[in-house]
Parts: sequence; C-alpha cells; structure tokens
Amino acid sequence: MIDREEAWASLMRSALAGDQAAYESLLRELAPALRASVRRRLAGMGQSVDACEDIVQETLLAIHLKRHTWRTSDPFGPWLFTVARNKLIDHVRKRGRRIEIPIEDFADILPAAEERPGTDAADVERHLAELPTKQRAVLRAVAVEGASVAEAARKHGMTPGAVRVALHRGFASLASRLRAQD
Amino acid sequence: MRTDDLIRGLAADTTREASPGRAVTMLLPAGFAVAGLLFVLLLRVRADFLPMLATPWLPFKFALTLSLAVVALVLLLRLARPGIKAVPAVIALLVPGGMMALGIAAVLGVTPPETWMPGLIGHNARYCMVLVPLMGAPILVALLLAMRKGAPTRPGLAGACAGLAAGGLGAALYALHCTDDSPLFVLVWYGIGIAALTLAGALIGRRVLAW
Repeated sequence: MIDREEAWASLMRSALAGDQAAYESLLRELAPALRASVRRRLAGMGQSVDACEDIVQETLLAIHLKRHTWRTSDPFGPWLFTVARNKLIDHVRKRGRRIEIPIEDFADILPAAEERPGTDAADVERHLAELPTKQRAVLRAVAVEGASVAEAARKHGMTPGAVRVALHRGFASLASRLRAQD
Repeated sequence: MRTDDLIRGLAADTTREASPGRAVTMLLPAGFAVAGLLFVLLLRVRADFLPMLATPWLPFKFALTLSLAVVALVLLLRLARPGIKAVPAVIALLVPGGMMALGIAAVLGVTPPETWMPGLIGHNARYCMVLVPLMGAPILVALLLAMRKGAPTRPGLAGACAGLAAGGLGAALYALHCTDDSPLFVLVWYGIGIAALTLAGALIGRRVLAW
C-alpha cells in the first residue's frame, strides 16, 4: 500500500510539474480506489450505495481544485484520504446525518479497489446544465467529446486562453454548486 | 457525466491556484497596508514612543502581540493543508501565553498593589476594544481571502486562527498609539479585542472557508 501511495505521489509530482499525461493516469488510478472505499463506507453506515459515483466525482473535483495544497515533500496518502473523507462526510451530512469517520478507515480499505468503469452519476450532470453557456460548452467539448483546448477554441470561436479560463471556472463553479446543493 | 469523461476534462484543465503559503504572502501585506492606512487616518504614534521603548512595558506589548500573530499564522498555514496535523502545533500558543503570564507576574511582583487597578482600568479601554478589532479587520479579510485558496477541513477553526493572527497584528499596530502599558490592561482589553476578532473569524470562516 505504501508502494502505491509512493507511486501516486510520484505521479502527482510529475503532474504538478506540468505533465498532463501523468496527471490523467493518476486520476484514472485514483477513481477505482476511491469508488471501492466510498462504497465500503456507505455500506458500513447503512447508507444506499447509489450515491457512490456522485461522491467519487465530487472527490475527484476536489482533488483537482485543491491539488496545490499538497506539498511535493509531504506524504500523499494522508492528503488524499483527508480530502476523500471530507467529501464523503459532506455528502452524508447533507442528508441529515452526523458522522465521524477515522482517517485510518480510508487507508485500510484503499487496497481493495474494484473497477466499475463508466458508471453514471447524476449530480455533476445536473449542475452542469446550470453553468453559464460558455463554460458549459467548453466543459462538454473537452470532457465529453474529448476535444483539445485548441479544438474547443476553434469550435466555439474563442481564444485558447479563454477556453482554459472557461474550463477552470466551469470546474470551480461545479464544485461550489455541488457543495451548496441540498 | 461519466467519471472517465470528467477525468479527461480535469486533466485538460492546467490552471492551478497559488499555494496557501503564497496566497498569504501576497495578500497579508495588502491587508497590513490597509490597516496601516486606517492607523494613519485615525491614530498617531504616541508622543513618548521612543523613551517608552527603553522600558520593559512597551517592548512587552509588541513581543506578546507579534508572537501571538506568528504562532497563529503558522497554525493557519497548517490548517490550510489536508492531512497535516495542526493540533500538536497548538502547543506553540504556550509562547504568547507564557509571555502573558510572565508579564502579569512582573507587574504583580515589582509594582505596588495600589497601581494594579488603575493600570488595569487604564485611560482608553473603550477605544482599545474597538480599535484593536478595527486595525485587525483588513488583515482578517486578507487572511480569509488567502485561505480560500487552501483546503481547511475545519473551516471554523481556520477562520478563528485567521482572526487570532489578525487580532495579534492589529493589536501590535494599535500598541504604537496606546499609552496604557500595564500587562493587566493588555490582558483584559487587548484580549477582548483579539477575542472579538477571533470569534468573527470563526463565524465567517465556517461560511466562506468550506470547500
């Protein structure tokens, strides 16, 4: 498990140094690990696991938007588990339950990753529909259609810089809408 | 949206915010500048500033308030990062706490008892209670803005810490003006001002620092 955290840390270091491919493979490795742990925790609390994929997506968004709070010299595991725990607690608390989850629980179950690719989630999609038009168009083009920033810029008649800004603002406002939802 | 698609989108978003440390370094001077402007507009440096600097009492006020601010800032930066334990660092609050205790011990040890109450009551207690939070307010705003770049898992505690740091710095600024030098006065009236800012920070932090 320490090996895996060290591998994640090394991917994140490359990512923070500007290696986009390393970043994408990190997120792809984290997703199934998060999915397994969230499902276990939800089941353990007697909650429906339907919300699992929503929580995974919200956690990935948080990891993305707060990645600059991880210092490359710090261990990656505690940072990751704390972000994941926070998002899970938020999600369950919004549904009216007060919970305490020791951080060790995350560390323990992370090795038991199981892959369920392509599972659908509802929350991000729902809030995406309410974003400003430009942000929504750019986000869809880049994420769903797999366009590059340059392609999205051509398609929507924007400069690449404006596409980058819209993409980032889109993710940031998605995250704050997800947090504010009841 | 499928998680795979979300990941593809996230990987394409190369915009990154400033680290909490950098955000504080950039915004704190701005907050301090606004506080300094307020000082220039509303107050002036006490006339006997230089002679009083040679006594123990005035340097005590700066040492106390500035060490409180430094400890609170260190705590704040730890609270900004998930997975970093901040609670052990709370022990560092013993530095300003111990300094306060020493100051009280000194005043009770070396000054005659009949001066204690006048020292405690001072001349400008009401102004002090208002002006310490006022001097600290722009600094609190700057620190809260900086902390929005962080990821505090305890937003209320982080806000309180920002308020404590802002209170310490605001009090140090006010101490340039204030002529009440008894550590008893500092404990009570500066304490009330700093506590008010800490409470404000906690309440605002709970709302604006969640992520």
